[in-house]
Amino acid sequence: MATGTVAGRRLPIPEVDVLPPYASNTKWERIQAAKEAALQGGGPERVAKQHDKGKLTARERLQVLFDPGSFREAGALVQHRCSDFGMDRQQYYGDGVVTGSGTVYGRPVFAFSQDFTVFGGSLSESHAAKICRLMDRAVEAGAPIVGLNDSGGARIQEGVMSLAGYAEVFLRNVNASGVVPQLSLVMGPCAGGAVYSPALTDFTFMVRHTSYMFLTGPEVVKSVTMEEVTQEQLGGAATHTTKSGVAHGAFDNELDALAGMRELLAFLPPSNREQAPRVPATDPADRSCPFLDYVVPTNDLEPYSMLGVVQQVVDDGQVFEIAQDYAKNIITGFARLNGRTVGVVANQPAVLAGCLDIDASVKGARFVRFCDAFNIPLLTFVDVPGFLPGTAQEYGGVIRHGAKLLYAYAEATVPKLTVITRKAYGGAYDVMSSKHLRGDINLAWPTGEIAVMGSKGAVEILFRGKGNDIAKQEAEYEEKFNNPFQAAKVGYIDDVILPRWTRQRLCAELETLAHKRAWRPERKHGNIPL
Amino acid sequence: MRRRLLIAVRSCAARSLSTTAAAAAAASTPAPRDRLFNKVLVANRGEIAVRVMRTCKRLGIPTVAIFSEADAAAVHARFADEAVCVGPAPSTASYLNIPAIVEAIRKTGADAVHPGYGFLSENAAFVEAVEEAGATFVGPPTFAVEKMGDKVASKKFAAAATVNTIPGWAGVVKDADHAVSVAEDIGFPVMVKASAGGGGKGMRIAWNERELRQAFELCTQEAAAAFGDSRMLIEKFIEQPRHIEIQVLGDKHGSVVYFPERECSIQRRNQKVIEEAPSPLVTPEMRRAMGEQAVALCKAVGYHSAGTVEFLANPQRQFFFLEMNTRLQVEHPITEAITGQDLVEHMLRIAAGQPLAVTQDQLLHFTGHAMECRVYAEDPARGFLPSIGRLLRYVEPSGPNVRCDSGVQEGSEISMHYDPMISKLVTKGVDRPSTLAAMRRALDSYVIRGVQHNAPLLRSVLDIPAFEEGQISTAFLAEHFPTPESSAPDRLPLSAGQQDQLMALAAMLWAAHEQRLSGGGDLQGEIDVVLTLEGQQVLATVRPASPELAAAAAPGVGQALEVQLPHRILLVRDTGGSSAQLVNAEVDGERLALQVLSRGPRHLRLQHCGAQRSITLDAPLAAELTRYMPAPTTEDFSKVIQSPMPGTLVHLAVEVGQEVNPGDEVAVVEAMKMRNVLRAEVAGVVAAVEACQGDVLGADQVIVRLQ
Repeated sequence: MATGTVAGRRLPIPEVDVLPPYASNTKWERIQAAKEAALQGGGPERVAKQHDKGKLTARERLQVLFDPGSFREAGALVQHRCSDFGMDRQQYYGDGVVTGSGTVYGRPVFAFSQDFTVFGGSLSESHAAKICRLMDRAVEAGAPIVGLNDSGGARIQEGVMSLAGYAEVFLRNVNASGVVPQLSLVMGPCAGGAVYSPALTDFTFMVRHTSYMFLTGPEVVKSVTMEEVTQEQLGGAATHTTKSGVAHGAFDNELDALAGMRELLAFLPPSNREQAPRVPATDPADRSCPFLDYVVPTNDLEPYSMLGVVQQVVDDGQVFEIAQDYAKNIITGFARLNGRTVGVVANQPAVLAGCLDIDASVKGARFVRFCDAFNIPLLTFVDVPGFLPGTAQEYGGVIRHGAKLLYAYAEATVPKLTVITRKAYGGAYDVMSSKHLRGDINLAWPTGEIAVMGSKGAVEILFRGKGNDIAKQEAEYEEKFNNPFQAAKVGYIDDVILPRWTRQRLCAELETLAHKRAWRPERKHGNIPL
Repeated sequence: MRRRLLIAVRSCAARSLSTTAAAAAAASTPAPRDRLFNKVLVANRGEIAVRVMRTCKRLGIPTVAIFSEADAAAVHARFADEAVCVGPAPSTASYLNIPAIVEAIRKTGADAVHPGYGFLSENAAFVEAVEEAGATFVGPPTFAVEKMGDKVASKKFAAAATVNTIPGWAGVVKDADHAVSVAEDIGFPVMVKASAGGGGKGMRIAWNERELRQAFELCTQEAAAAFGDSRMLIEKFIEQPRHIEIQVLGDKHGSVVYFPERECSIQRRNQKVIEEAPSPLVTPEMRRAMGEQAVALCKAVGYHSAGTVEFLANPQRQFFFLEMNTRLQVEHPITEAITGQDLVEHMLRIAAGQPLAVTQDQLLHFTGHAMECRVYAEDPARGFLPSIGRLLRYVEPSGPNVRCDSGVQEGSEISMHYDPMISKLVTKGVDRPSTLAAMRRALDSYVIRGVQHNAPLLRSVLDIPAFEEGQISTAFLAEHFPTPESSAPDRLPLSAGQQDQLMALAAMLWAAHEQRLSGGGDLQGEIDVVLTLEGQQVLATVRPASPELAAAAAPGVGQALEVQLPHRILLVRDTGGSSAQLVNAEVDGERLALQVLSRGPRHLRLQHCGAQRSITLDAPLAAELTRYMPAPTTEDFSKVIQSPMPGTLVHLAVEVGQEVNPGDEVAVVEAMKMRNVLRAEVAGVVAAVEACQGDVLGADQVIVRLQ
């Protein structure tokens, strides 16, 4: 930038790039040139190719992810040490991954971003080492790790060195699990062993149409199973967010995805040593929600949207859903109550009647465990008619998977607030953050029904067809159980409240429980029924 | 269902039990001298029922509501002192069910019945039944209702009472040849309309003989089908017609007064949507002439209670009798606003036999201006189809010059059974511009979520220069919003200045969001944000306003901010009382209410001055990169509707070739005794239906494929 004067006013002296001690210093010039080269990634041609695919470069992504100007790179000058197959003649600074830290909404975050323009983002020994060093620092600093994956896989030229690199990363993923939040955003290919790093992190997100994840690609699939399948069908965002549950969300493009990561990070504590950041709340904590008085239909068979209930209750109606399109019979997501982050788990009666099944149990369990690991209070909305019956479920091991959700709720020591809006039947009642699993506050609406089963089935068993007035028998049963009174009498429900006061009550209860401590017996770790 | 219904019936029964006791008590003790009636039953629902009850409460008269099973939790049923269920949801079985209503009158001991408008308000049989039950009907005498109810008879009657009538054949037209000869007498263009018609059915305009013959034929068929009465009228068609009406009030002692006129020219398909009083067209002389004719008509027919004489006027201030409505009109509040009178109170006093409590002279000394907007749950973009659902969020505008007559609250259901009107929003001012300004602000701050509604369109009308100048006619809406698309909120216009305000407020929201997630506090430095609106990128810089400017801004809870757009700087501040749905702000000294329809990490959907816009917000560097983002594409997964679980296909709502929209019901699968409604996630055409009603389905079995 040139100095000068404009209209008689002297402009400030701009910062020059190189000050005297380093001016015309060959050492510094070399470094400068190397840094400059690092910034070019794989070169303009490959960058243009990347852009043509609707993808950003590794560095562009980081610039968008972090607060403007806050990203500081570490290891920009790292190079690989492979000399086989002519690799010694191909050197790029950074070796296909950009690592560093910065801030997101003012709070420290660590991130690595694989550079597809350099060796196709393939993972070498040095590439892995950079990621490992970053992760070690993040764990020690107690700050979240975000991985932006865009890699062709292991760098074949390095053989076992690259496989070792993967394992080193996996080990760190596991060691960091439950210590700092780990987010993965898959923004290109992620195949073979590479998929296990995102799989080990807390949440994985994908970008529609430009990212895919699978262990073995379409060609191998075809040769082994004769199935013809495209990359998108096999491992695209749609597949993993609706069918497999591997990914927890999909975005239309990379900018939406990165903005989504920022939004999610704002909900999370930096590590398990701290509470989630509390944001100034503008939504009044005592806001009444008259809508909720009407939301449960008078007809038991009619569904309603539990998401609508959650949106009425939480701050500004904003919910960041996790796995929105997978196992839609249960809702999981982050929201705030009076500025405090809560993890919401809610049966969705609008889908599968809100039944728990294999997928819903696994989705719920994993979310509950994340919240418990990171001191995020759990807010559970219950309208569950039971577990889904059928051979598919039983053969699939719904017992084993249902037990995961039960286990997760039982071991969670964070504040647990529960609202029963309608049905809480059978074992599913127990599972859904019941009093017996150390629920702190268990509330019910007057429409709550807490029973072993619905009236029709119960009457068939209770009276075994004796007596001919089935309607009367059902009425007797309903009188007893189609209200939360019996449960409240024995103290399993702390209070029955008018739906409109749900928000007010929950905000107040959460305030009271903010410093809750609960202990578990000493042990190496529990044995969740995986 | 059964259980709850039982409860409803039980509570209903309990109510009527206690009320019989009350009735017995009331019958034995004479009413306090100053009380007009012992108990008023309001034979209506929704806003008008609530509105009538308000006056009753003010006068110390206990009220009875009637309600259908669908309305058990409705506001009007809870607002009354007593409520009686009169039948199931369809109005023919409840609000039009005369025996059930008479039974309610008997049970509750009501000694007066106010019919509101619509339903049984102009039904002679009902008046008789009410009187037979020993109660007073708060409305006009039966013979006046009958005389004015028939369009042919009322016109003849009006002409005889020296009221201006539209040139035409004062009687039924025999056939097409007769129609042509009448038309040649009075001159084209002419209007053919059914004697029993209403709501635009059986009504056509003809500019020449050929059109007339065709119109006569079609109208006759339509009228026969719609009303079972194919009698036809023919009259001169008034060009650029304005609908101007005179409110009248007569007592049982022969006195009749007229009120200043109301203009109701803003209509869609003959349905009034914006009304105002006084009319911008009417001069004091014209008002007097119209009023005197209206009074003459009432006297001729022996009218008492409230009524309205409707006229069509042309730009030359000629006016012609249209019809007389023998009831309280929907738009009566604007007359109340400028005259300070309570028309319902007058109706009650008149019904009780009291003489008129207001003089003609008082009524001609009205003050200010008033306007009413009818807010309907309907979708202007889909040909004004009613939009049903529950009000997810509902906050009525408030303020000293605002009156919102509604029969709903947050959580209320707008059901398919009744008129989808949400409310009547009335504002008042010293003159027309201030009334308009109050209405703009009221509509801007009216939060309605959960149903589509016409508030954006109404708001947009207020900004049309012709409307501001009072240059209106009954064709105004059709001329300015010719297609459904043109009345879609996304397409409603914003002026350049309004667009700047929208941008500035969007930038303010972004800055507030960034600050909030960063821990709160006032903005210290600058924030750059690029706003993308309709494909155009605009850089905005938000910074704390300089102390001098901040001092000039109105006091408010928010920090005074400067938003620098490429071509100007705007001073903005949140003025408090904002919510997730509504932002109250001041922009360059102007107080605005901006609606937030939805927000995501980088997207905002806002509504400003009725116009709805999606804005994408990015930091400058991210904005730079938007050019690499692929155009959005739709998912394939959403084009297949699968059974979510093993169950029975109990209902199939589509067939091959049918168009579906997102949210449309496609099929219902019953499983575990729960009915699961499967809806289309995207718009499309049904390409294949792969299951039949009654089929037992497996999980993930495809039912319908869309194209």
